[in-house]
Amino acid sequence: MKIYDLFKEALRSVLSNKLRSGLTILGIIIGISAVISMLSIGEGAKRQLAQSIESLGSNILTVFPGIIQPGRGIVSAGRGTAQSLKMKDVEAIKKIDGVKAVSPEIIRRFQIISSAGKNTNSSVLGVMPEYLEVRNSKIQSGRFFQEGDIKGISRNAVLGPTVAQDLFGEEDPIGKTIRINKVSFKVIGVLEPKGSVGFMNPDEVVLIPLTTMQKILTGSEYLSQIAVQAQSSDLVEPLKEEITKVLIKEHRVSPDNPDFSVIASQEFLNTFNALINTMTIFLASIAAISLLVGGIGIMNMMLTSVTERTKEIGLRKAIGAKNKEILLQFLIESLVLTLIGGLLGIILGILISIVVSKFANITSQVSIFSIILAFGFSSAVGIIFGYWPAKKAANLDPITALRYE
Amino acid sequence: MIKLEKITKIYKNSEIETIALKNIDLEIKEREFVAIMGPSGSGKSTLMHIIGCLDKPTSGKYYLQNQDVSKLSDDELAEIRKNKIGFVFQAFNLLPRMKVIEQVELPLVYSGIGYKERRERAIKALRDSGFPEKFWEYYPNQLSGGMQQRVAIARALVNDPLIILADEPTGNLDTKTGEIVLDTFQRLNFEFGKTIVVVTHEEYVAKHAERIILIKDGELIDDYKVKDRIIINHNYHTLK
Repeated sequence: MKIYDLFKEALRSVLSNKLRSGLTILGIIIGISAVISMLSIGEGAKRQLAQSIESLGSNILTVFPGIIQPGRGIVSAGRGTAQSLKMKDVEAIKKIDGVKAVSPEIIRRFQIISSAGKNTNSSVLGVMPEYLEVRNSKIQSGRFFQEGDIKGISRNAVLGPTVAQDLFGEEDPIGKTIRINKVSFKVIGVLEPKGSVGFMNPDEVVLIPLTTMQKILTGSEYLSQIAVQAQSSDLVEPLKEEITKVLIKEHRVSPDNPDFSVIASQEFLNTFNALINTMTIFLASIAAISLLVGGIGIMNMMLTSVTERTKEIGLRKAIGAKNKEILLQFLIESLVLTLIGGLLGIILGILISIVVSKFANITSQVSIFSIILAFGFSSAVGIIFGYWPAKKAANLDPITALRYE
Repeated sequence: MIKLEKITKIYKNSEIETIALKNIDLEIKEREFVAIMGPSGSGKSTLMHIIGCLDKPTSGKYYLQNQDVSKLSDDELAEIRKNKIGFVFQAFNLLPRMKVIEQVELPLVYSGIGYKERRERAIKALRDSGFPEKFWEYYPNQLSGGMQQRVAIARALVNDPLIILADEPTGNLDTKTGEIVLDTFQRLNFEFGKTIVVVTHEEYVAKHAERIILIKDGELIDDYKVKDRIIINHNYHTLK
């Protein structure tokens, strides 16, 4: 029997009961499109995150007090609780070869009130002039801190664009006064918008000189984190080791039990990717279950079809069809069903991911991998779930089948 | 051409053994028109299934064109059915979704013959079995029983088989349309020299054959030439 004739027979029988075939195919469409859209959303989230990390700078290392293990639990565990980083660590790091710039930072959340009486709750960062370079930020209007602001413990503040909008609306905030924790500051500049990076929003901050933070707002000299910019991204790994070595010496702690952590931005990416992968696999597994149900629908339909066509199978055998040819005929029939379902499912899946990224503000990315996966999956479903009914048909005794009423 | 030697068929159903055929010796020559006759349950259908290679005997030997086919595998038997045997059934057994012409082509599909040759041979088979051309594109449910059976005959004929085996071919038809079908068999026998074996329980039908084999309780009890044979149309040019 020729392949062409097999497909023609399969198509004829699929089309002979359009409603039943359609409903069965619908099961596959739902399964495949769910898998595709889940994988696409996962892929999109990964891309978005990679871009955000890229915008933060791929050559950034961050030193945190306490022990943080990316890839294991929450990244910010222990943040702020341990107090081990000081300005002398910054000086030590600056001396390491390959370090371009160092930005020591102290982060606290405070209530901020504008002169107009509006208020907001925001992260306040005590920073040095190096902040702009290391954090890849730019000034939109006004000016940034200079050495004089640090030395003079000036009460000047630079606002993130979101905070500026919250406190002053359309007004120009430069020269206006804000109160952070009841202390007055003069706004000297506004940052350019950068967009959220998933776990922290660099637009929703108020920057003040590090010394002002230490002396006036917190009364403590301990740093929340030290961001280190490497001269190139190749140097990130060696620098990580070097910084660890230097700080262990500075802090006089055992190398097995340091009181700080050095984390490269790439590691954040890996941590979040691992998290997104877990979520994607979880969601895709749920979607795959619906594909499984669709497969059971195929098997159900094929079993019914075999029973209904027992007499036909008997006749085909009487005129010389071999068992293998009967098997192939029914197998191709279920394969045709799943391939039609798979194709429509892929189209629907792509549409769903487009709609989701348009209206739900979630980036989605349809990957060739997910399409190949879905196509392979649907053919596998067709063959696996079609095999048993086809085998049943092929093994029918021709005489019994001919007599079947 | 067909030679059965001590063919026995026993059906085993859990504990009970049913002897369907007992030591059947039988020979059918080429171009013969034979009727296998017997009451229901006599084993005549079983005999037809064995002759048609749909079933295997429990013991005994079956030579088809001097080839022992009694021990062949399922696939080998399918091959023989495809090339050497044409079946006509009581219930016509046409496929509801296929047009007449496609029904007749179907056996050729399993022979792997291309579309064009299939169509040509199907047309020839339909013409040979005297099936009117205007119904070629019809579906089975648009045809009368007699017409449907003639489609089945054309389908049995399309592979140019050695034997045409008909199991109660007139069982679902009235006398008049039954005669048309029997006439078709006689014509195929006279004009094309086809070997025809008809299984029936009606003596009237059996009398259209030239020889009657009588089966009762699984045993061959008589084998004789029909003396007062009914020949429907005497104008056929006889090859014999």
